[in-house]
Amino acid sequence: MSAQPVNVDFDPGLDPALDPDVTPPPTTASTGTPVLQARGLVKRYGQVTALDGADFELYPGEILAVIGDNGAGKSTLIKALSGAIVPDEGEILLDGQPVKFRSPLDARRLGIETVYQDLAVAPALDIAENLFLGREIRRPGPFGSVFRMVDKGRMLREAGGHMADLKIGIRSMRQAVETLSGGQRQGVAVARSAAFARHVVIMDEPTAALGVKESGMVLDLIRQVRDRGLPVILISHNMPHVFDVADRVHIQRLGRRIAVVEPRNFSMSDAVAIMTGAMAGERVARN
Amino acid sequence: MTHALSENAPGAAGGAFDRSRVFNAQLLTSLGPLIALVLACAYFASQSDRFFTGSNISLIIQQSMVVAILAIGQTLIILTAGIDLSIGAVMALGTIVMTKLAVQNGVNPYLAILLGVLTCAGFGLANGLLITRLRLPPFIVTLGTLNIAYALTHIYSEEQTITKLPAAQTWLRTSFTIGETRVPYSAVLMFILYLMTWYVLRQTASGRHIYAIGNNPEAARLTGINVRRMLVYVYTIAGVFYGIAGMVIIARTQVGNPQEGQTDNLDSITAVVLGGTSLFGGRGGVMGTLIGALLVGIFRNGLQLTGVASIYQRLITGILVILAVSVDQLARRRQG
Repeated sequence: MSAQPVNVDFDPGLDPALDPDVTPPPTTASTGTPVLQARGLVKRYGQVTALDGADFELYPGEILAVIGDNGAGKSTLIKALSGAIVPDEGEILLDGQPVKFRSPLDARRLGIETVYQDLAVAPALDIAENLFLGREIRRPGPFGSVFRMVDKGRMLREAGGHMADLKIGIRSMRQAVETLSGGQRQGVAVARSAAFARHVVIMDEPTAALGVKESGMVLDLIRQVRDRGLPVILISHNMPHVFDVADRVHIQRLGRRIAVVEPRNFSMSDAVAIMTGAMAGERVARN
Repeated sequence: MTHALSENAPGAAGGAFDRSRVFNAQLLTSLGPLIALVLACAYFASQSDRFFTGSNISLIIQQSMVVAILAIGQTLIILTAGIDLSIGAVMALGTIVMTKLAVQNGVNPYLAILLGVLTCAGFGLANGLLITRLRLPPFIVTLGTLNIAYALTHIYSEEQTITKLPAAQTWLRTSFTIGETRVPYSAVLMFILYLMTWYVLRQTASGRHIYAIGNNPEAARLTGINVRRMLVYVYTIAGVFYGIAGMVIIARTQVGNPQEGQTDNLDSITAVVLGGTSLFGGRGGVMGTLIGALLVGIFRNGLQLTGVASIYQRLITGILVILAVSVDQLARRRQG
């Protein structure tokens, strides 16, 4: 095995505070209670078994990437964890407690937020409106309770705070989201999730629609979210991105978790070999 | 207008961030209708001394207010990226229910009005349910309900115009005067409805959800908005507006006429589009629609005053509609 993961070509000079050397090295998780755990998930679609007894663990303070070939059950696993589908068998535990999600809303109520790959924002609404979409804050007093008036000032201020927390440099929260670049839009979506998630942020292919530089920006955002204490599940086809940002990598194959590796002491080509079945995953230690 | 737009688009690289051109496009779609209104008023005032008299302004408002009220419902629906073609027919059915029950069945006139409004709301509800439950396109659903409402109107009225309405049903035509201008209560009602809708769209969460649904229904759903329920509400409330428009028109004409409302589908869409609301949903607002409705009324009135044959009014309305849609489309393309 070759020693170091290949580093992606992205501009580290974007923001000195985001320099990976400055951020505290993530603890090699695997200790304590997983924040989110799944045991023996099974999901069948007619003849097709998308999940065939899949296990999953996400530990506090880590970025866990989920990789797998097409048809490995990667997206089905994530859908089960975010409440988009209900698995046929198996159980999901949040902070050690069994939970059942019947809809994405259930998962959201329990503090699991998902960022979707297709930039799920309302383009004509402004940044503050997008951040608080579906969770608008009403004005105090009768204006809010009787006339249902939203508190625009407060939402603008808080939106500014959330964006600043993630060091997304956008001046006006009144700007329509359609006036932003793709990376900035994804920044809005990430800020929304980070602002409201209490347990887990799931990111489904967050860089798929973006260029190189913007991807780098979003990867930095993912680190920011983790460093603020929220564990992140990252689903990505992009191996350099995965190996750049993830603390651990969950490799899914044929409906199961076949291995979990650490990018620090595992090469990208070996991970791909496991993912495609060219190398047996079971022989890899699961630490 | 389009020339100004192209000047502000220096063909920047794809997806590049250029706030100024987007800002200009947005400004144009929101201020354009107002500028057109001012220009039209200035032109007609210069052509006819009678145009800017109190009585003439009052007349324009009275001629515009039925379409204006209908167009509130149409605006809400178009903001969700839908369309309602059943508007005029549903309103006509509502007026026949109101007047026939009161005049021929001796129902209390207020109760009859309520039942008429409920009939319209019921059609709106049916539109909303068909669109959301069966996932049918709004265009097709409302084309169907247009014909159903039209047929029911003529069957139920037996092709008879209902006259001798009780005073309670025409009370809205009574007026008070500001200076020398007569203001009927129905015009006041129209302005109140516009203000209420503006408030809901701008200041409440539900209003923002309507925009979000028109913008990106999937994003709206993922943020936890109940998109289907909201759409049913929107179509039903639009139905209530059609009922209120029916109430206004029977007060104004003092009859229940089964032929009513036949041009109102397209007139309401014209008002919405001239007002700068995008037919693709999620952009625009109800105050633009008020300006759009008044603009149509001003052209009709002004061309009459200046002795132009009334058919030219339609010609100009058609040109304005195409102009308004082109501006909207150009604005969208530049943002894309």
